[in-house]
Amino acid sequence: MSRRISRIIVFSLIFGGIACCVHSGAALAQSPDAAVRPPQNVRAIDTRGDEGGSITVMWDLSPDDYDGTAEAVTVIGYEIMRAESPGGPFASVGFASAGATRFADASTHDGTDYYYQVTASTSSGGPVSPVIGPVRSSPQWFNVNRANVFIIGIILSMSIIFYIASARRGKKLFIRRIAGLEAVQEAIGRATEMGRPILYIPGIQDMDDVQTVAGVTILGYVARTIAEYDTKIEVPTSRSIVMSTARETIKAAYIAAGRPDAYSDDAVHYVTDEQFGYVAAVDGIMVRDKPATCFYMGAFFAESLIMAETGNSIGAIQIAGTAMPAQLPFFVAACDYTLIGEELFAASAYLSNEPKQLGSLKGQDVGKSIAMLAIATGVILFTLHQVTRVQWFMDAGNWFKDLFLLN
Amino acid sequence: MRRQVPLVITFIVGAVLIIAAFIPHHPFGRLGENFSLYFDIIAVFAFLLGGGNLVRIHGGKFMRGIRSSIQEAKKGGGFWPLKFLVEFPFFAFGGLEDKRGRDWFFSLITLLGFFAMLYAGLFKVGNPDGWQGNVTNPEALFQEFYQSMFNPLQATMYALLAFFVASASYRAFRAKSPEATILLATAFVILLGRTPAGTYATDWLPQSLSFFHIPNLANWIMAVPNLAGQRAIMIGISLGVIAMSLRVILGVERTYLGADEK
Repeated sequence: MSRRISRIIVFSLIFGGIACCVHSGAALAQSPDAAVRPPQNVRAIDTRGDEGGSITVMWDLSPDDYDGTAEAVTVIGYEIMRAESPGGPFASVGFASAGATRFADASTHDGTDYYYQVTASTSSGGPVSPVIGPVRSSPQWFNVNRANVFIIGIILSMSIIFYIASARRGKKLFIRRIAGLEAVQEAIGRATEMGRPILYIPGIQDMDDVQTVAGVTILGYVARTIAEYDTKIEVPTSRSIVMSTARETIKAAYIAAGRPDAYSDDAVHYVTDEQFGYVAAVDGIMVRDKPATCFYMGAFFAESLIMAETGNSIGAIQIAGTAMPAQLPFFVAACDYTLIGEELFAASAYLSNEPKQLGSLKGQDVGKSIAMLAIATGVILFTLHQVTRVQWFMDAGNWFKDLFLLN
Repeated sequence: MRRQVPLVITFIVGAVLIIAAFIPHHPFGRLGENFSLYFDIIAVFAFLLGGGNLVRIHGGKFMRGIRSSIQEAKKGGGFWPLKFLVEFPFFAFGGLEDKRGRDWFFSLITLLGFFAMLYAGLFKVGNPDGWQGNVTNPEALFQEFYQSMFNPLQATMYALLAFFVASASYRAFRAKSPEATILLATAFVILLGRTPAGTYATDWLPQSLSFFHIPNLANWIMAVPNLAGQRAIMIGISLGVIAMSLRVILGVERTYLGADEK
C-alpha cells in the first residue's frame, strides 16, 4: 500500500515538473520584450500635503502590463529613474510592481529641479517613457489630504463647544441612562457593607493614551464616593506616571469629600510595566485580598480576560470600560457591567453631572447624526447602483466614501 | 495657581498639536513625534519613581512581616528561632494576624527579583564587552535572567488565557435570554465554520445553496454583522475621543489634575 502511494507521489512530481517546464517554456517563448510598450501619460507632481522632500510620479499602465493571465506576462514592474537635467544621467530611485500607477520618491531636496522617466521592466530590460520635468518638491502649509478630517473636526468641535455653552447658560439636557455608571454607587456600597476593599485598574497604558486619562478621571469620581463611604481602595498601576496622576486624583477626591485624613499614598502603588507581570500581581491581590468590587477602566489587551475572570471567580461585582473593541467581548462575558467604547469617555461627564460636561456629550450626538446620515446615503447610493447599474450612483457613492476616509 | 499652570500648558500643547496635524510645514510637521519623545524622556525619569515606590512598599511589608512573625514566634515562650523555622510557611504565607505584614514572602521574592535584574543590567554582569556592551547581549546575565526566567513566567501567565476563555465562554454562551440564545447560535456557527467538521457537515449542499455552507455562513457573519457592529463602536469611540480631548484641552475636565490645596 505504502509503495503504491510513493509511486503515485513520484509520478505526480515528475509529471508536475514536466508540465511546469513546458508551461514556463511557452511563457518565455511568448515574452516579446522588444514589443513591450512603455507606460503612458507619465507625469510628476510635488507630493500633496507633505513636509517637502517628496515628488509623486504617476503613469497609466503599459498596455502590456500583467493582466492576471500567465500568457500576458510581459511587464513585471516599473522602474522610476531620476536625473537633475533632462539629458541625464538617470539613476533608479525605486521600483513599483506591475499594476501600480504611482510612486512617491521621498529622497528629493526641496527647490532642486528633477526630471523623471519610467521604465516598463521586463525580464530583460524594457522600454523607457519620455523624460518629464522639471519638478520641484516643497513643503506645504496645509495637508489637503486631511481636509475632510479638518472640516468634520471643525463641525464636531463647534457643536460640542455650542452645547457646552448652552449647558452653561442653564439649558436642560437629556442624557440617556448608562446602567454601568448607575451601578457604581451600588458596587461601592456593597464593598462598604462587606468591609472589603475596592480594586481599581486604570488600564495598562501610560498617560499619553486618552483611555488612561478617561480611566483616571473616572477614578476621581469613584474615589470621592469611596471617601464618603469610608471604604478602602487599592490601585495597582503599570506605569509610574499613572501612579503619580492617580495619587493626585484620589487625594483631590478625598479632600473634596472632606476626608483628607483618610487618604494614604499607599492606596496607589506601582507594580511593573510588563503586561503579564502586572496581571500576575493583580490576580495575586484579588485572590489574597478578595475585593468586593473591581473596576477596569482604560486600555486593555490580552490581560483583560485573565483579570476579569479572576475577579469573577472571587465573586466581586465588576464594572469594566474600554475602547479596545477586541477586548469588549471578554469584559461583557466576565463582568457585571461594561462601558462600551464611547461610554468610557462619557463616564466622567455623566458621573460629574456638571452641565458643561454633559453639554459635551450632547455635542457628540451631532457627530453621530453626521455619521448616520453618511452611512444611510452611502448605502442608498450603492444599492441604487446595484439595482439600476447607473454609473453616476457608483461615482457618487465612492465620492461619499472618500469624504470619510482618513489619510 | 497649582492648577492654572497645568491647565494653560495643556491648552497650549493640545491646541498646537491639533494644528500640527494639519500643517506639514516646518516647524509643525514633526511636532507630534517630538512631543512623543519628550513624553518618553519624562517617562524614563518616572521609572525611578516607580522603582522607588516598589522598593518602599514591598520593603516595608517585608520588614513588618518579619517583625510580626518574630513577635508571634516569641509568643508562648520556648526557643523562638526554632519555632520560626518550623512554622515558616504559616508566617510567610497568609498566616499572620497583622494584615499589613501578611504574605511578606511574596514581597521578598519581588525585591530579590527587582534587585537581581537591576544588578545584572546596571553592572552589565557577564557581558563580554563589559561596560561598553549592550544590555541585550545574549551572553549577559541580564539576558540570561530574561530568557530563562522572565519569558517562561510571562508565557505561563499568557497560557492561562486559554482556560479563562473556556470558562468565560461557558458562562457567556448559556441560553438564558433571547439575546444570549442568538449569541450562542452565532458562536456555534463561527466555531464550527472554523473547523474541518463545519466543511464536512454541509458539503452535500448544492452549489445554489452555497451561502448556507457553514464556513461561508461563518465568513458572512464575521464580514457583515460583526464588522458593522465593530464599525459602529469605532465611530462612537472616535467621537468620544474627540469630546474627551476637547474637554481636557478646554479645561472643562480637570479631575486628573488633582487638588488645588497642598
